[in-house]
Amino acid sequence: MTVASEVRPLLQMRGITKRYPGVTALDNVDFEVMPGEVHALVGENGAGKSTLMKILAGADVKDSGRILIGGEEVHITTPQEAMRLGISIIYQEFNLVPYMNAAENIFLGREPMSKVPGIVDFRRMYAEAERVISELGVRLDVRVPVNQLSVAQQQMVEIAKATSRSARIIAMDEPSATLTEHELENLFSLIRRLRADGVSIIYISHRLDEIFRIADRVTVLRDGKLIATKPVSETSREEIIRMMVGRELKDTIPKKEVAHGDVVLEVKGLNRSGVIHDISFAVRRGEILGIAGLVGAGRTEVARAIFGADPIDSGEILLEGKPVTIRSPKDAIRLGIGLMTEDRKALGLILGMAVRENVTLANLDPLSRLGFVSRRKEQEVTNRFVEDLMIKTPSIEQAVQNLSGGTQQKVVLAKWLFTQSKILIFDEPTRGIDVGAKTEIYQLMNRLAEQGVGIIMISSELPEILGMSDRILVMHDGRIVGELSREEATQEKIMFLATGGK
Amino acid sequence: MNRRVSHFGSRLAYSYGIYLFLLLLCAFFELETGTFLTAQNLLNVLRQTSVNTILGVGMTLVIITAGIDLSVGAILALSAVLSTAVIMKGFPPPFPFPSDVAMKPAWPLRTSIPFAVFVAALTGAVCGIHNAIPIVKLRVPPFIATLAMFSLARGFAYIYVGGGQVGNLPEEFTAAVGEGPLMPVVAISCVVVAHIILTKTRFGRAVYAVGGNEQAARLSGIDVGKVKFWVYVICGTLAGIAGLLLAGRIGAGDPKSGMTYELNAIAAVVLGGTSLMGGVGSVVGTLLGAIVIGCLEAGLSLMGVQWFVQMVVKGYVILLAVIVDQMKKRSSF
Repeated sequence: MTVASEVRPLLQMRGITKRYPGVTALDNVDFEVMPGEVHALVGENGAGKSTLMKILAGADVKDSGRILIGGEEVHITTPQEAMRLGISIIYQEFNLVPYMNAAENIFLGREPMSKVPGIVDFRRMYAEAERVISELGVRLDVRVPVNQLSVAQQQMVEIAKATSRSARIIAMDEPSATLTEHELENLFSLIRRLRADGVSIIYISHRLDEIFRIADRVTVLRDGKLIATKPVSETSREEIIRMMVGRELKDTIPKKEVAHGDVVLEVKGLNRSGVIHDISFAVRRGEILGIAGLVGAGRTEVARAIFGADPIDSGEILLEGKPVTIRSPKDAIRLGIGLMTEDRKALGLILGMAVRENVTLANLDPLSRLGFVSRRKEQEVTNRFVEDLMIKTPSIEQAVQNLSGGTQQKVVLAKWLFTQSKILIFDEPTRGIDVGAKTEIYQLMNRLAEQGVGIIMISSELPEILGMSDRILVMHDGRIVGELSREEATQEKIMFLATGGK
Repeated sequence: MNRRVSHFGSRLAYSYGIYLFLLLLCAFFELETGTFLTAQNLLNVLRQTSVNTILGVGMTLVIITAGIDLSVGAILALSAVLSTAVIMKGFPPPFPFPSDVAMKPAWPLRTSIPFAVFVAALTGAVCGIHNAIPIVKLRVPPFIATLAMFSLARGFAYIYVGGGQVGNLPEEFTAAVGEGPLMPVVAISCVVVAHIILTKTRFGRAVYAVGGNEQAARLSGIDVGKVKFWVYVICGTLAGIAGLLLAGRIGAGDPKSGMTYELNAIAAVVLGGTSLMGGVGSVVGTLLGAIVIGCLEAGLSLMGVQWFVQMVVKGYVILLAVIVDQMKKRSSF
């Protein structure tokens, strides 16, 4: 489709700025969508796509900027307001009530009423639902609970929910993530049908090939800034990748070259059905192995499988050449493996517990006799780490929930250092922490490498991956799709592999 | 504010409100009746509080792991009939329990009492294991698993005595339990031991960790299933022991005993500042909570307030105490 110049944009977002504590998520971003246009929105993790959509959906409030619909300024402060204006967002996690059927979901909260007050007119509701569904050219039973439908069908129910509210703008966040090729083709023909009816689609995806198949224009965001908006016909995959990553490596990453020892961990053919497939790699003492990939590529799942947090279907783990069985994190820790989880608040810390109790939690053995924990030894250990890592806390008895993000991360780090693991897996080690604390964490990784610890670092920040890793694995769709040495790796090569390029 | 009640200073500060409330309560009853603060009455209050304290200690452990145990009253009843059957008929007790009225103990009390204590504890432990297995292995919500035991244990108690009860308990037994300081001594011992376990041992640390953040605890190498298993077994065992004591105090092994005691125990735990969300709490708080409830009941009875009015007062006191506690926590953030 070509966008005629006399057609006015349906949606205009002008100079949108949004700041969170410590980070500018969106910086003066302009974004517009024409009626009947499929507009792709791309960018790396954290580029600001989700924030922009949340603001459009009324799920988050902008700090400044204007939103115009059909040329008129609107003030979207609640999801209800967004819906009233004809904006619908289909999130990756569907907003469906699993035990209700398609019809009930489509009309949730606005059920057609019979003449008797308070009584739902089910006959009309089912008739309406069937009409909406068939208008989309979809076949599904509107009387079956949605949790018995396939993911693709559930997505259709979400779209039906949007069109039945006569949505004019539908944003889809990673709609293809869990679809098969055939289902994807169905989705595309549905999108074309909606486009023909004049509905505008905002299509957010990491998969660049899809963008070239379906989108009319593409907008690239990077670090919260608008980089460019271009017709798809006038750009290329390579150009989009360049626009997504195009940032200079900063000198804040203090990588130290360390001689590598023997292989300390080897993984052979690790499988977890539907999650990770045929994962094989090895890590040497003193080596930092980076794992790159987009969100949902299966990187965290690999870490959890090695650590015994999730069961595996097949595969082998060798530690210092010997096969080991890891059924639980307890086994992994005993064997000398540590996992610093990505989400420290939900998985890494007991927030209500003191710094002391969190630091010693994974390794109480050397601190206790006959089941009794020695408070004195605990204090010694904790004080040592507080000093060594410069953990900023008023007291080691402080509950960790009262500490800053960087300080909390150091507490988690101290916990794993105290286990004296041979292998440490860092999952997004610097997410949400300030630059100073980041550098300290990099230096610590260097120190650990020097001591002969094998390090696996999962990160979505390319400069960090490129700066710290000796070797880089790239994952896509639950598989390792490439391995790059420190010398040959570039941001473009990593993004090419991570977005499914071959 | 440090929400974990971990050392004595902060615990004092934390429980300050409930201490004050307890003092005011005692002062009020003393002014109203003139006989509340006598040694005899206070010992009596402590005796009446003991069963609730023992149940509350086990309940505290369970609730700190973010669980709940609705079956302690029923376990208490089952243990009461089985352990008193040992006192009357020796070990092992016959099944079903004979319903002859003029019964004499088969063994001298000195011989039968160790067996009775053993049976009481074992009954509770078995019920606790029965609670724990579905919770740990099949991920049945604790509310449901223990609700089933709430019905099961009492049902078995009735089956065992054929709808009757185990009566004619020897007087040396009922006097020893019902008149001396035995019950308060057992209750306080339970509090002390549980307090030491919670604050000084690895197991105690694990209990708080599981309730504070189960996922993080697991990823720190804690065997979450094992921790949960043991708190339900401990809770059941304590309910079993409470069953024998209560039987001694009321003079019979009665399958009807201990009705709604699980709710009193939960009330004591909550009054003591333990969070139903898990991760926070102390057994010393629970002891105080149990004493507050005991004083309230005893004082109101002494004043001649009817029991149904007492229920209303108790209901509002619990509600108010928890609201005040919530406000305290909110204002400190």
